[in-house]
Amino acid sequence: MADRLAPIAVEHAAQVQEAVRAFDRVTVRGGGTKPAMALAPLHSPAQPLDLHGLRGIIEYEPQEYTFTARAGTPLAEVNDLLAANGQYLPFDPVLVEAGATLGGTVASGLSGSGRLRYGGVRDFILGVRFVDGSGAIVQGGGKVVKNAAGFDFPKLLTGSMGRLGVIVEVSFKVFPAPPAYRSLFVRYPNIQPALEAVYALTTQPVDLVALDLLPGGAGEGWTLALRIGGAEALLASRLDRLQRLLTAGDAMSSLAGDDEARFWRDAAEFTWTPAGSTLIKVPLTPAQIAALESRLAATTAPRRYAVAGNVLWIAWPHTLTTLEAVLIELGLAGVVVRGQATVPWIGHAPASAFTRRIKAALDPHDKFPPFFPD
Amino acid sequence: MDHHFRRQDMSLDRLISALSAQIPPERLLQQRSQIAPYESDALTSLRERPGAVFLAASQEEVIDAVRLCHAHRVPFVARGSGTSLSGGSLPIENGIVIALNRLNRIIMLDPQQRLAVVEPGVINLDVSRAAAPHGLYYAPDPSSQLICTIGGNVAFNSGGAHCLKYGMTANHVLGIKAVLPDGEVVQLGGFSLESSGPDLTGFFVGSEGLFGIALEITLRLLSKPEAYRTILASYDSLAAAGQAVSDVVAAGLLPGAMEIMDRLAIEAAEASVNAGYPRDAAALLIVELEGEAVEVDAEFAHLRRVIEGSGASEIRVAADEAERARIWKGRKGAFSAVGRLSPNYIVQDGVVPRSKLGEALQRIEALSAAYGTRVANVFHAGDGNLHPLILYDGRVPGALERAEELAGEIIHMCIELGGSITGEHGVGMEKRHHMPAMFLPGDLALMSAVRRAVDPLELANRGKMFPAAQAPVTAGGQAHAQSVTGHG
Repeated sequence: MADRLAPIAVEHAAQVQEAVRAFDRVTVRGGGTKPAMALAPLHSPAQPLDLHGLRGIIEYEPQEYTFTARAGTPLAEVNDLLAANGQYLPFDPVLVEAGATLGGTVASGLSGSGRLRYGGVRDFILGVRFVDGSGAIVQGGGKVVKNAAGFDFPKLLTGSMGRLGVIVEVSFKVFPAPPAYRSLFVRYPNIQPALEAVYALTTQPVDLVALDLLPGGAGEGWTLALRIGGAEALLASRLDRLQRLLTAGDAMSSLAGDDEARFWRDAAEFTWTPAGSTLIKVPLTPAQIAALESRLAATTAPRRYAVAGNVLWIAWPHTLTTLEAVLIELGLAGVVVRGQATVPWIGHAPASAFTRRIKAALDPHDKFPPFFPD
Repeated sequence: MDHHFRRQDMSLDRLISALSAQIPPERLLQQRSQIAPYESDALTSLRERPGAVFLAASQEEVIDAVRLCHAHRVPFVARGSGTSLSGGSLPIENGIVIALNRLNRIIMLDPQQRLAVVEPGVINLDVSRAAAPHGLYYAPDPSSQLICTIGGNVAFNSGGAHCLKYGMTANHVLGIKAVLPDGEVVQLGGFSLESSGPDLTGFFVGSEGLFGIALEITLRLLSKPEAYRTILASYDSLAAAGQAVSDVVAAGLLPGAMEIMDRLAIEAAEASVNAGYPRDAAALLIVELEGEAVEVDAEFAHLRRVIEGSGASEIRVAADEAERARIWKGRKGAFSAVGRLSPNYIVQDGVVPRSKLGEALQRIEALSAAYGTRVANVFHAGDGNLHPLILYDGRVPGALERAEELAGEIIHMCIELGGSITGEHGVGMEKRHHMPAMFLPGDLALMSAVRRAVDPLELANRGKMFPAAQAPVTAGGQAHAQSVTGHG
């Protein structure tokens, strides 16, 4: 195997354009927190571009609920600035402390547990500047919170994993941040009553920030983790109400303050994944969980179902073949975030006819890695 | 031009004979009197007579029709209820209209997973009606929600009064089964709130019919808020109402809706639906909070203090659901109500940064005076989405042109202030010539390349979104040659 090419450190968008024109194959790296997603086929060595130097917040108007920043800007920097103005990114970005950048967050399309309340990355991105496969700089979307002009490149680039273009700048919508949070934890002996509780809660008029389902510890049972946010003075009564909504007799506990924040920060940082495991995201629906769990019963792979059962995060300890077979059987597809993989895809390949046409338009010379291996 | 039209006519004839073999004549309209209602949509200043109108009755029929259009190289325009304000469903001469109203099944409603799968002809409000018994609703609420269809909402990424907090149509569509312009059927997205890979569903939404026709749309439903609190405040000037919006935002509140109407719009709404608005106000601000009852009560106290400190001359609070409904009836009926003030009007849809609202409104007022043309303002203040209604009398020679010129000046002002040419109505026919003011040539070139990659013959809703200079016929010819080599 050829030696890996040394990355080019990019500080200006023009350098991205030059590199895309100069090299046959290009891959992108930001904070390096989701390395599997940028994987390119081994048989076509690609020139890595390191974008973490292309950083800085360009515009931030708290009153507009919007900001624009360069792709390499660390999420941590963005979060600090927003927090100082009482605002936040409601899609709950992941791997922030690990060093994730804005551009990588968009390209990966990953959102955290808190996306339950108002939506994911796709719902908060307003505009994008990127370099397409011909080396041209393209602007899509805008900088205002509402815009319906032209094709929605910001959404297209969300989750594109460096395969359609190199994101150099993004604009986002933000919201006022809840001043305080509380969390409630409810234990269930097995997954079925836990899923029923999910259904019961999601059809009630209660504003949940997050609703995750995780193994109960020591391999026994399942725990439902509920998070609410808002004015401090109301949280206790809102929590009481949630407790009343759930089946009486379920073992419950609650968290507030630093411990509460740490629980959700650990979720977003995936601190629960063992070293050496492969972290995979599988979008699904709550109705698919029971069938998946029956097939995963033999495994102890750490996992959690986030966003009211709409996404599985799993830390797979072995080679991926067994998991792949299960996902294919159930018609599920996932993306590999980090760990041992040669391609970032796993499971039932999503329909690709539309993807192929879009890819041909944005990357006519195959400068970026393919979506699907040959 | 001539030889081109003759070729197209022959293609159209062949298409119509092929369709006639499969479709009963009462659903393939060809006589002028039958076709007349389809010559225009809500942008009534533009009319075009299509070659035929096909009233499709099933997804299979739509797929077949698209395949036949492709085989005979005849352009098609999909149409729902024809409420597009940007001319998005304007027919194409020598093309056909595929009318989708009969595809109006709610295929699935899953209250537990908060999902609905619907056909494109389902009326927007019917989704919320079907979901209501389960305590759920469909959030996007364009003013035309009583008649507009989900298919049209998807094509133009429709908005409504609640976009700041809840987003537009794209934020509520999880999956789309679509027939591409060459007849290939694809499934984008699915039932999950999350996805893997590029957001193709989001990319399809708002593509103005250029990527084909959505056949089944998976919608995300939300729990109906437990409580609403609606406040109506009167101001002596539009600028003061605009400032109140900034105050609400600065207070850290996130209302579900913030709407402003000016004197002319108030007058029209009162004359039309008698919403009980204060008639002497220069501007009305509607702010609505919604959510859990305890939260809404606390936030409402805060909101009330902010509004009381904003110089409002009168403040009313909706005492019950009936009063709330009346306030919204006036707002949602404002567009059609303005029809009582003037034989014709153009609805503009530009967006400005919220902090520039006051400046934008002043400049619109000045332009209105300079043109001697009345402009009514009804807009989504929370997201800076203006809706100036430019009143004109189409029977007066030159009046339409003057109104369009004024509309163009407003659009350029929106771009200059850092906004957009359209917030929720789409580009369509109406604003396609403004695209080069908002996007650079390279941006438009890539959009055009995407369009041709999806639809090399440019059959689907030909002529919309792209400036007329990027004429479809020549571009289509070149693109076709490319696609033959490119796709094998």
